[in-house]
Amino acid sequence: MLYLESIRLARFRSYSALSLSTQSGPIAIFGSNGTGKTNLLEAVSLFSPGRGMRRASAAEMTQHRAEGWSVSGLLYGSDRPRDIAMRSRDGAARSLRIDEKPATQLDLGRLSRVLWLVPSMDRLWIEGAEGRRRFLDRMTLSFHPAHGESVLGYEKAMRERNRLLRDGQRDSGWYQALEAQMAKAGAQITANRAAALTKLISAQNFSETQFPTARLTLTHPDIPLPVTEADLRHALADARPKDMAAGRSRIGPHRVDLYGHYQAKDCPAYDCSTGEQKALLISLILANGRALVADTGSPPILLLDEVAAHLDPDRRAALFDEICALGSQAWMTGTEQSLFDALGSRGQYLRVDQQSITHVRA
Amino acid sequence: MSATSDIEQLIEIMSRLPGLGPRSARRAVLHLIRKRSQLLHPLSETMATVAATARECLNCGNISTQDLCEICTSNVRQTGQICVVEDVSDLWAMERTGMFKGRYHVLGGTLSALDSVGPEELGLVRLEGRIPAEDVKEVILALNATVDGMTTAHYIADLLEARVRVTTLAQGVPVGGELDYLDDGTIGAALAARRPV
Repeated sequence: MLYLESIRLARFRSYSALSLSTQSGPIAIFGSNGTGKTNLLEAVSLFSPGRGMRRASAAEMTQHRAEGWSVSGLLYGSDRPRDIAMRSRDGAARSLRIDEKPATQLDLGRLSRVLWLVPSMDRLWIEGAEGRRRFLDRMTLSFHPAHGESVLGYEKAMRERNRLLRDGQRDSGWYQALEAQMAKAGAQITANRAAALTKLISAQNFSETQFPTARLTLTHPDIPLPVTEADLRHALADARPKDMAAGRSRIGPHRVDLYGHYQAKDCPAYDCSTGEQKALLISLILANGRALVADTGSPPILLLDEVAAHLDPDRRAALFDEICALGSQAWMTGTEQSLFDALGSRGQYLRVDQQSITHVRA
Repeated sequence: MSATSDIEQLIEIMSRLPGLGPRSARRAVLHLIRKRSQLLHPLSETMATVAATARECLNCGNISTQDLCEICTSNVRQTGQICVVEDVSDLWAMERTGMFKGRYHVLGGTLSALDSVGPEELGLVRLEGRIPAEDVKEVILALNATVDGMTTAHYIADLLEARVRVTTLAQGVPVGGELDYLDDGTIGAALAARRPV
């Protein structure tokens, strides 16, 4: 069972210092607006690879730039507890230590899986493909910890290629060298995403849930995305003249979109009501959790910021039931304790009040 | 300038060195001043000499005190092999092993359109010219396994493989390494490059 047993913050966002003990299972965090509920969730989101749920730089996470911030905690996983410590000074990217030894983001990704839903994702189905791709990649990362490295490698090579295209560079050897890197990482990205999607679809279809199921497909503009490394390399080489005219790479996994279709109503996700769109996202997160239990034996840590918004009391109660059934340590925020009434004695309750957090009874 | 400000300036310059910050620079300068005859004088004299003589080897890009470095002037090192490295520190790392007996080509960076580093900046024309001139039979690419390193390796291999054998360093299990601690990519590469015992 994956969960954070304790978390300590220093000079992180609104917290000058905080030490908190928690247990596995749901955690309901309530308090007025601007008291630091989301800041706490952001700190927990750093226990997974990447820039956290706000996608902020390390410098943005503190008001004390020179001294910097630190976030640490004891993570219980499949075998033994791990001491995870992160810090950033002078605005530098965060450094990571696991059990007091320097570690990489990939090491962290192998130990810890954290998924989140934040209010800015409420418009995920309506807005640009980038947000959906990021959502897809975070779910994929939970199954394939090395996925992040492939995405970074692909994007690095693509930025270089785009620069050559914009500069009107004609050295075909240089293009070939970059396209070889893009094709290698790109084929891996496509394979990881397809495998993750299969697991998600299967986890959605074989469960009784109050949340709607979405038919999920991956799309690519104009042509089907070349899947194999060789096909992608050839497609990139063939596309060079048109890409040069466009000044960017127009083919590849960076253009894939996640299309969601609300099965019960037979309509695209972007045409559903706000509440239904949110329910679809929750359904996917829960399916991701169930698939991870099947895959790794342990559910992910969930961060559900203002999750009660847009959900009626019945759906809210259903969500709490599903989280308890999943066994996830789910950090949920809301302005009122009453929003979590249906959770009853199954959860832990934290009241947040200007930098101080107190455990309260159900 | 007062003596105090000279020392402050020395601390400020030292703190710009890789691996040093203001605090460690202060400690180093204090130590140098206390060990004036054993450390400070020899250091300042050696630094002045190096500042006057250090330059890039015109042939391979290594750092030398002559126009051509010791490796390029030594006939013993003309083995028909050139090892291509990104930086002089990589050349030193290869030399520490004592395993490689040939010569080097130091690129001084990797291909990067974003940083305006192209084939000309890496001295690749010079490298091509060295193949007939030094009777080179094999070019060994010892570049970092990063995106930039691999792109550069791919480019050089493409450029030279019609004329000379191009090889690259193996990727796999490090000496004394434990499989359980290796990343999936390294284990995959090691498996693909397996060999008879």
